Amino acid sequence: MYPSNFAYAAPTSLADVLAQMQAAGDDGKLLAGGQSLIPMLKLRLAEPKTVIDLGKVQSLRGIRVDGNSIVIGAMTPYVDVLDSADVQRRCPLLVQTISQVGDPQVRSRGTVGGSIAHADPAGDLPAAAVALGAVVTATGPSGNHTYDAANFFQDVLTTALEPNEVVTSVSFSATDAPGTGTAYLKHRHPASGYAVVGIAAIVMVGADGNCQAARIGITGAGSHATRATSTEQALAGKPLDAQSVAAACANAADGVDLMGDSYASSDYRAHLIRVLSQRAVLQAAQNARR
Amino acid sequence: MAVSRLFGATVKRREDPRLITGKGTYTDDFKLPGMLHMAILRSPYAHARITHLDTSKAKQVPGVHAVLTGQDLEGKVNGIPTAWLIPASDLKTPTYKALATDHVRFTGDGVAAVVAETPAIAHDALDLIDINYEPLPVVTETEKALAPGAPQLHDDAPNNQAFHWTFSNGDPDGAFNGAEVVVRHRFVQQRLIPNAMEPRGAVAQWQSGADELTLYNTTQNPHIVRFLASVTNNIPENKIRVFARDVGGGFGSKIPFYPGDALTIFASQVTGRPVKWIEDRRENFLATIHGRDQITDVELAAKRDGTMTGLRVKAYSNMGAYLSTAAPGVPTWLFALIVPGCYTIQNYSCDVLGAFTNTTPTDAYRGAGRPEAAFLIERMADLLAGELQMDPVDVRRKNFVPADAFPYTSAGTLTYDSGNYQGTLDKALEMADYNGFRQQQQQMRQQGRYQGVGLSTYVEVCGLAPSPAAGAMGFQGGLWEPGTVRMLATGKAVVLTGTNPHGQGEETTFAQLVGDMLGIPAEDVDVVHGDTAAIPMGWGTYGSRSTAVGGTAIYKATQKVIEKAKKVAAHLLEASPDDMVFDSGTFHVQGSPDKKKTIQEVALMANLAWNMPEGVEPGLEESSFHDPTNFTYPFGAHICTVEVDPDTGEVKILRYVAVDDVGVVINPMIVDGQVHGGVAQGIGQALYEHAIYDEAGQLITGSMMDYAVPNATHIPTIETARTETPCPHNLTGVKGVGETGTIASSQAVVNAVVDVLSPLGIKHIDMPLTPERVWQAIQAAKSSGSGSGSGNANQPGQPGQ
Ligand SMILES: Cc1cc2nc3c(=O)[nH]c(=O)nc-3n(C[C@H](O)[C@H](O)[C@H](O)COP(=O)(O)OP(=O)(O)OC[C@H]3O[C@@H](n4cnc5c(N)ncnc54)[C@H](O)[C@@H]3O)c2cc1C
Repeated sequence: MYPSNFAYAAPTSLADVLAQMQAAGDDGKLLAGGQSLIPMLKLRLAEPKTVIDLGKVQSLRGIRVDGNSIVIGAMTPYVDVLDSADVQRRCPLLVQTISQVGDPQVRSRGTVGGSIAHADPAGDLPAAAVALGAVVTATGPSGNHTYDAANFFQDVLTTALEPNEVVTSVSFSATDAPGTGTAYLKHRHPASGYAVVGIAAIVMVGADGNCQAARIGITGAGSHATRATSTEQALAGKPLDAQSVAAACANAADGVDLMGDSYASSDYRAHLIRVLSQRAVLQAAQNARR
Repeated sequence: MAVSRLFGATVKRREDPRLITGKGTYTDDFKLPGMLHMAILRSPYAHARITHLDTSKAKQVPGVHAVLTGQDLEGKVNGIPTAWLIPASDLKTPTYKALATDHVRFTGDGVAAVVAETPAIAHDALDLIDINYEPLPVVTETEKALAPGAPQLHDDAPNNQAFHWTFSNGDPDGAFNGAEVVVRHRFVQQRLIPNAMEPRGAVAQWQSGADELTLYNTTQNPHIVRFLASVTNNIPENKIRVFARDVGGGFGSKIPFYPGDALTIFASQVTGRPVKWIEDRRENFLATIHGRDQITDVELAAKRDGTMTGLRVKAYSNMGAYLSTAAPGVPTWLFALIVPGCYTIQNYSCDVLGAFTNTTPTDAYRGAGRPEAAFLIERMADLLAGELQMDPVDVRRKNFVPADAFPYTSAGTLTYDSGNYQGTLDKALEMADYNGFRQQQQQMRQQGRYQGVGLSTYVEVCGLAPSPAAGAMGFQGGLWEPGTVRMLATGKAVVLTGTNPHGQGEETTFAQLVGDMLGIPAEDVDVVHGDTAAIPMGWGTYGSRSTAVGGTAIYKATQKVIEKAKKVAAHLLEASPDDMVFDSGTFHVQGSPDKKKTIQEVALMANLAWNMPEGVEPGLEESSFHDPTNFTYPFGAHICTVEVDPDTGEVKILRYVAVDDVGVVINPMIVDGQVHGGVAQGIGQALYEHAIYDEAGQLITGSMMDYAVPNATHIPTIETARTETPCPHNLTGVKGVGETGTIASSQAVVNAVVDVLSPLGIKHIDMPLTPERVWQAIQAAKSSGSGSGSGNANQPGQPGQ
């Protein structure tokens, strides 16, 4: 598996990155952790003329707390997110999700920005991003843009990013308010380890013990990550017992453009969405009570 | 002989430090001066005519030395031979060209090759080869290929029939007439991909002055490669040296001689430079042999008390587009003879049809025919138990060949050498706490937890084995082994073996064997394999034969060394050889323990030859050529317990108990390791692995992203134990363990899952038991409401529906 020939650039500033992108035109490709791009190069599924490595752009790295948000630089590797005390305390869903991505090697190289920009239909982080209502910040030829996660993931490997835009950071809202719990459940493909279905759930438990509000992100089953909005609505105000959660999750797969493959048909994926949503909601509710 | 210490000891594998620190020498590690690199262009179509092929642009690329097509090979490189010509079967062996000329028959069939300065240039130049195809209708499934009107692959194989092979013993039809019970089922053995960690590859160095070839090759059998390369590339066999130092796994896929090997040799001849070809993982998926892919229709006749009385099997085997080296023997001889398993059924017939399809050729994959056989009979034993409402343990007990009946001639006309099937089963039942589990199973069900237990009691045939039997079966080779033991002047020993260990650890085992016999440290024994220039002959490592056959040859050679050393020692001690005692590496005169010579001292004197006894030649080296009188027959009982998640269909293995009897054990840790690896592959087949083609003949599970080779997280702790029933017909008592784990395990897992689901009326699910398949089976059973346990209110529920 030998990639086609390409030129390699490693700029050190964002301005240089943009200039290099401009120069490469349609034939440039950004390299973050390389965990998705390098395999695509080797299989010649991607044949860029120039690869622009973001690895030396220090300004794209790091995690900071901004009020009620956790802002993560695009080039921050997964492992740094897992190790962040702020993330662990204020946004545990990211830890629950990212700890299930690939293996230690992948988590040490792969980045938050790469995962978001790549928009793999079976990627884990997009499920958490839509559930948390993340905001993606990008910069490009026409200046800075922000995108709501809900509109960011559009299709298989397709995002709302404009041509030659670079994701600079992703902002996730904290979920550390009392009574809020989160969970991420994943049915792993036995070969790739990617999500056949992944469900990220955030549950706010009211004083009466009922569900005050819930947000559910789905990945793996369709062309891109989405929210289970009808289930979220059905859960609101309902008791958080197995039976009523099951009832609310009965239509969790509604609106997902289900995909099927040799491992799991679209029917089975729909079924997994229902089962895993139910389990994730119950687990999140349990975490909320702790 | 000395009280055994090395023999039977747990000794760490000496090959491991180099392998796990990246210091092994695999084919890709050979870098010769002036070496070029070859890449192969492979057909993207499963079935097509080549209508246009122009390599001129690729030839112009700087750094490209040659671009080869099928035309270039005409008259120079012969077809890839099929080396197992099963008799009386109307076998068709259509030509398998190293590069197709006008007609491609599977996705991955080679059509051209580029030889260039670097692998990257070679791969880039492949893109510049101008080739057009006219797609033809495709058939990938065996029964469809054999049906009238199917697309035809070969002019000389009408109806795509590769062979029709039959076997019969006793009166099978009579057994079914008026049988008290008949159980019938169809089983699908899915197609598997061997996936050795080291992909296929070769480095060929043609020395034109001497007209000699050195071939560095990743193979299980260097001498067979030498033989087949000679036939294919028209090079005298004595002008070929095949070298295979470290081989990164094979599982059968490195028995065959491949088009890539023949092409690499030819490319070196054409360019006058050494040429390396290393396939990438995608090529490995497409162009290295696949395994299994067999459908069987099985009927079992029995009495109401559970006694099995007759067995009839009709099998359909997918051979792929061409017949690979050993392919025809796998679904016939290696499968059919052992189907009756541990049981005393004497009325048995088997009818096997092999078909050509537009898929990658199939051949031996770990177990080769025997896993299919063991799966079939062990699933049938459970189906019979279900039919008769008997415990699966009792059905097996009822039919076992009794321990006092050995040697036993089976319905497959094999002579089972020794065994105690009841013994391994009893031990496994105790280890797995079978009775306790059965009680607990009911309670768990009440709590909504769905657990089950599955048995597999197996016997296999290995230690491949008598050369006359090979001849009778049409195998175009012998199955004996040579062994040479040489003591050097410094007291160290060198062992030459014609087997080619590639993960089985014989560098360690053979050193233990010889060190133990000679009374010298194992570290002083070096085991040399994988070099046809150093080793007189050899038939290789497969069929769990290396230690049983090759090890016995070494044992005999070592005995001869001791005999000769005794003469030399007696001469030096001025005593009669008859008065010599050999103990722990030292000869002494009977009754005078102080009059002694160590074997190292004797080795020195024999090598110096200053003072040899009359009529004794210098040196201390002996060889033996061992041809066994029978195969060997390891056996055992594996028990698996599982839990099924009724909501998702996921199967979790709770415990896996493997009690094997592989005869005498030289190194228990290595034997455990072989069982672990084999069981992992069997679990892989049961739950995960599946090579799937679409209608157009594209392999849609053609990468590690899609094809699930189990990893450590998929495999439970494997609890191993053994009983030891020596092989009575060789000197070491060793039987063989390379394949037992794979042969024994898949059906234990499937039987356990079916045990969980049988209250719903589910009788079988075809492998792999993926969560969706299990879930679909549960759905189907619930909607048809056919649960035999209608009184059982504890059917798996479906929350979330
Ligand atoms: C063995 C293995 C197992 C894996 N398992 C999982 C898994 O279980 N779950 C999972 O979610 N993922 C998995 N992954 C993928 C992993 O998460 C990737 O790292 C991730 O999808 C991409 O991140 P990256 O930093 O590696 O991006 P890269 O591979 O470098 O880039 C991916 C794409 O995003 C673009 N890109 C990168 N950064 C930016 C940016 N800042 N702005 C704009 N575009 C950008 C690149 O141009 C490229 O097109 C696995 C990968 C491997 C190799």
